[in-house]
Amino acid sequence: MVENRPFLTFLTHAFLILGFVVVAFPVYVAFVASTHDLQTLLTGAVPLLPGSHFIENYSAILTNVSAAHGLPNYSHMALNSLVMAVVITIGKILISITSAFAIVYFRFPFRVLAFWIIFVTLMLPVEVRIMPTYKIVADLGMLNSWAGLTIPLIASATATFLFRQFFMTVPDEILEAARVDGAGAMKFFWDILLPLSRTNIGALCVILFIYGWVQYLWPLLVTTDTSYYTLMMGMKRMVTAQDGVIAWNYVMAGSVLAMLPPILIVIFMQRLFIRGLTETEK
Amino acid sequence: MMDTKRTTFNNKLLPYLLLAPQLIITLVFFIWPAAQAVKSSVEREDPFGFSTVFVGLTHYKRLLADPNYLDSLLRTGVFAVAVTLLSMGLGLAFAAAVDRLARTSRIYTTLLVWPYAVAPVIAGVLWWFLFNTSTGIMPYFLSQFGIKWDHDLNGTHAMILIIIAAAWKQVSYNFLFFLAGLQSVPHALMEAGAIDGAGPVKRFFTIALPLLSPTTFFLFIINVNYAMFDTFPIVDATTSGGPAQSTNILVYKVYQDGFIGLNLGSSSAQSVLLMLIVMVLTFVQFRYVERRVQY
Repeated sequence: MVENRPFLTFLTHAFLILGFVVVAFPVYVAFVASTHDLQTLLTGAVPLLPGSHFIENYSAILTNVSAAHGLPNYSHMALNSLVMAVVITIGKILISITSAFAIVYFRFPFRVLAFWIIFVTLMLPVEVRIMPTYKIVADLGMLNSWAGLTIPLIASATATFLFRQFFMTVPDEILEAARVDGAGAMKFFWDILLPLSRTNIGALCVILFIYGWVQYLWPLLVTTDTSYYTLMMGMKRMVTAQDGVIAWNYVMAGSVLAMLPPILIVIFMQRLFIRGLTETEK
Repeated sequence: MMDTKRTTFNNKLLPYLLLAPQLIITLVFFIWPAAQAVKSSVEREDPFGFSTVFVGLTHYKRLLADPNYLDSLLRTGVFAVAVTLLSMGLGLAFAAAVDRLARTSRIYTTLLVWPYAVAPVIAGVLWWFLFNTSTGIMPYFLSQFGIKWDHDLNGTHAMILIIIAAAWKQVSYNFLFFLAGLQSVPHALMEAGAIDGAGPVKRFFTIALPLLSPTTFFLFIINVNYAMFDTFPIVDATTSGGPAQSTNILVYKVYQDGFIGLNLGSSSAQSVLLMLIVMVLTFVQFRYVERRVQY
């Protein structure tokens, strides 16, 4: 700080605390709603303080509520979300790090073309080519399968660029020394490049896990079989219940639990998270 | 962008094997569908799907003459600009405040970054609950000021709802980038400003903000991109494009016309137009990134 201005500092704190309260408000209300019974939530004035039905609502959502909505068990959907997030994370990192390795450490025909093909994925988010992509997944018989849910999402230009950029900063002398010692390409990759990339891999893991966990449109397109439903789809399905009243107390309990894993990751791995976010630039 | 190392390995087959998974996925699930979209945007399929006829730019012409599409384009513009301004404005304000505080900045950063991790569809559900016309807190609160909130009937209210929900999720992203930008402003400049008699507010506007312009520009592109393409789940969980198409932004419309309406030709033409928009945005973004690398 350049000069000491106690009143301005006070205002700054006040502004930030107010900002936090506003930002956290929707999540707070969701939590409060998850601790009341449905009757209280439907009578008009939604309470602002937690109620006494916390255990009741959460044990209900974890056991039998989702079945009443034609959904699999909550834990089943949570497991689906987890599998999807983990497979996407590992898949993206795996194919991106090998692509970057090929592009940086080899000279071969069509190298530039390969680079541009990967680059083009940035310009084709799934949202803009919904119909034809769906059709291809259907033609390949990948609807309602783990392969269909994950493989089309694991191409990643940003992760490839991040690794490429990092490899370019690895001193050439290391490679030369490794070659003098008789290391081949894959030996160099496993024993030197991979350990050096640890922090970058960690940062990407955080970002990509969140990316995989929050996926909604893609699972919505390629799954009709509810046993593949993720938490995101399950929660959405529970608020679109056609038959009358929405069970807000359960929806909110389920949503709070579904939000928790990525939020905890961001809070407890903040350093890696910020690094991953700012270095992949989206 | 195309450099390799000074020394390289000279395996002939290995680089292709290393690239194969990424390239195959890209070709099969990105480039092939994109080509299909271009192809079906200039064809008409008969109702039974037995034959297709080349129809040239008919779908595009019809689309660009369709008041519904133009309306959706306009609404997408309003939505994207509003989300961008709101989330960047708040992100900058939070960053400027946190940057002023030395000791407690870590705590405030933690308190402000987590909304990034909330799934868009959950964000939609949360805000929908808050604004729910019969039981939500916000309509109750607004009614104290004589405002009758009804996003089920009032298109403007529905638009405000999705703008708030989409901006809420994006504030933490902008906050982090602005904070990083502010922290790299040289301290000496701020001190020089202070010696010349500029107060904190004046220093922020005349020194920090101009130096932040590369960050601001980068974030602007990223935010427009986010608002246009990543907000599908928010719309789907709140308004579903309604009432009366008032929140039917382009990505939602392409989904509805293709999947629900089964209008392949029009949906493909819409896809192609959206691709053009992303291409322009990506091009601008990378031109800028390239330039920034040079200094």
